[in-house]
Amino acid sequence: MTSGHRAPHLDVDELLLSPSTRIIVCCGSGGVGKTTTAAAMGLRAAELGRSVVVLTIDPARRLAQSMGLTHLDNTPRSVPDTHGEGSLDAMMLDMKRTFDELVEAHSDPQRAAQVLENPFYQALSSSFAGTQEYMAMEKLGQLRHQSDAEDLWDLIVVDTPPSRSALDFLDAPNRLGSFLDGRFIRVLTGPAKGASRGIGRLVGVGLGLAASVLNRVLGTQLLSDLSTFVAALDSIFGGFRQRADETYQILQAPGTAFVVVAAPEPDAIREATYFVDRLTTENMPLAGLVLNRVTLPPKHSLSLEEALVAAERLEAEGEHPTTSALLRMHADTMRTASRQRHVADRFTAAHPGVKQVVVPALADDVHDLTGLREIGALLADHLTT
Amino acid sequence: MACDLWPGIRLHVVTGKGGTGKTTVASALALALATGGHRVLLVEVEGRQGIAQLFDVPPLPYTETRVAVAPRHGEVIAQAIDPEEAVVDYLRMFYNIKRASTALRKMGAIDFATTIAPGLRDVLVTGKTGESVRRREGGRYVWDTVVMDAPPTGRITRFLNVNTEVGSLTRVGPIKNQADSVMRVIRSPETAVHLVTLLEEMPVQETLDGITELRQAGLPVGSVFINMQHPEELPEEALTATEPVAPAEIHSGLLTAGVTPPTPELVGALAREAADHAVRVRLQRRERERLEAIDVPRIDLPLLDGVDLGGVYELAESIVQQGPR
Repeated sequence: MTSGHRAPHLDVDELLLSPSTRIIVCCGSGGVGKTTTAAAMGLRAAELGRSVVVLTIDPARRLAQSMGLTHLDNTPRSVPDTHGEGSLDAMMLDMKRTFDELVEAHSDPQRAAQVLENPFYQALSSSFAGTQEYMAMEKLGQLRHQSDAEDLWDLIVVDTPPSRSALDFLDAPNRLGSFLDGRFIRVLTGPAKGASRGIGRLVGVGLGLAASVLNRVLGTQLLSDLSTFVAALDSIFGGFRQRADETYQILQAPGTAFVVVAAPEPDAIREATYFVDRLTTENMPLAGLVLNRVTLPPKHSLSLEEALVAAERLEAEGEHPTTSALLRMHADTMRTASRQRHVADRFTAAHPGVKQVVVPALADDVHDLTGLREIGALLADHLTT
Repeated sequence: MACDLWPGIRLHVVTGKGGTGKTTVASALALALATGGHRVLLVEVEGRQGIAQLFDVPPLPYTETRVAVAPRHGEVIAQAIDPEEAVVDYLRMFYNIKRASTALRKMGAIDFATTIAPGLRDVLVTGKTGESVRRREGGRYVWDTVVMDAPPTGRITRFLNVNTEVGSLTRVGPIKNQADSVMRVIRSPETAVHLVTLLEEMPVQETLDGITELRQAGLPVGSVFINMQHPEELPEEALTATEPVAPAEIHSGLLTAGVTPPTPELVGALAREAADHAVRVRLQRRERERLEAIDVPRIDLPLLDGVDLGGVYELAESIVQQGPR
């Protein structure tokens, strides 16, 4: 089923079985089947004998239920009814709780309480657009640490948040880190305690003006809440940037493999292209591309033209209306398959070295372990574009 | 002058789960509203430049740019709201401050306002949109209606409910006033929040959850746009049967059609296609029933074989046929 370009094959079983693979990060734009892919890979690896934990971000209800995830408790739970010698644990990320635990673990109870009550902290921990990404990476670091300390899992599979763009989760830790370490925060926290005095000590006309604008626009109460919050956080974490850097290093380590998931549609392929380019630039270990939900031409079937000719003949003779409808449907399938292949080919032409695996579209939603197992088998199958 | 479709609505907010075609539907809705000679502003707020790609124009600037002409003299003007520009714009509009912008940017304050400060970014973006909705020249509204390609369903309530978000930080002051004035526009009967979905489990669930959340927050729910619907191509009795089309029927049909020889493999492949189609149709019907159980108007949009500019016009025509007048 190759036209023009042929991508090298991504051997998913080799990736899952290699003892050197310690972390698999599934990424891609929203709605391409990232979570299902992550869960299916985790299940397959476990059933091939590995001890796996899957970190999901926001699974569909029935998918979560199928993995025994009935409530959000931020702790890996064993998935019942898996086959074979390995083991599978799964968890759903509770963003706010992860953040709260981070605060509690790194400060005395009094200071922790002060932070947890601060309105800025509450807003940041529950609604800042990058917090979910940041906490997903934080949780990954924790799981890795726990795994090493207690010899629990030899493979961690992570799903990434349904970001605006696939790149957000790479940027969020750094963005938060550089903000908290940045000049604005130094201004707010200043040498004196309290926002207004900190700002009052600024020198330079431009900054003085800026400070007065801040006071007018934001108001003093808000500035003082903010500076209290930042001062407390800063002392707790001893530099967010360092933490963000550590997360980044885990991602760059040789045991990590990024799997980019995309559907054969222009938008998703565009996002996948950005992502692949970005991973390459940042020296992140890219395993390959999962081209998901692909309409494949059935084997032993009619071409688009043959199907249309046959349907027209039946319609002209007024016979076999059902078969004729079926033939027209088949023609549509062939048309879609050809368009999708064209979209996928453009990716391959631009990234001839990136390994790929094609997963065909299923008619129904996945909602049990059998369905996940089926996806796992398709992932390991040797279909290539 | 009021549009022919949704005549009372001055702000259409379009949300939807990732992958449901939110941007495509927002663009088609803008074209549909412009049809018949109206001026419609289409606003992008998430910096993806999806609208530019759809209309095949260069990346949209912060300034309003015409991207399409609608049937019977309408026009769609698009704008990408960049939060950084919105901060500077806001300071200029409300404080007449230009000089401080550079200093604020250097300090990282603009970065703070647009990326970290919870809710502030949303106030600025919705505030800018609200300003467009209300803008008048010569006693008339500049835009007959405004369509916003909004953040996804999971974040929409929080995004629109700006004064609750900001209210937790500041109870008085200019930002709070700005949030209040934005809320007056968003809560008014002249706003409709539309949700785009597919007939699949997860998007439908998110849509139902989203509607509940919007209603709890007192935000006006518009219509559900059911996008990318697979047509039902087989007769009813086939769709509900365990074996939708019997191999014997396919075999005999292919013979009549002159396909020789109809090998067992070929017959089997077509029978499986029929079975897959029936499964998909039954899934669609099941999910449709869940949407029908709630009291929200629906607009049906077909699955297109790839979305290009022609496809957007096709969807717009479909919306013109179904939209409320």
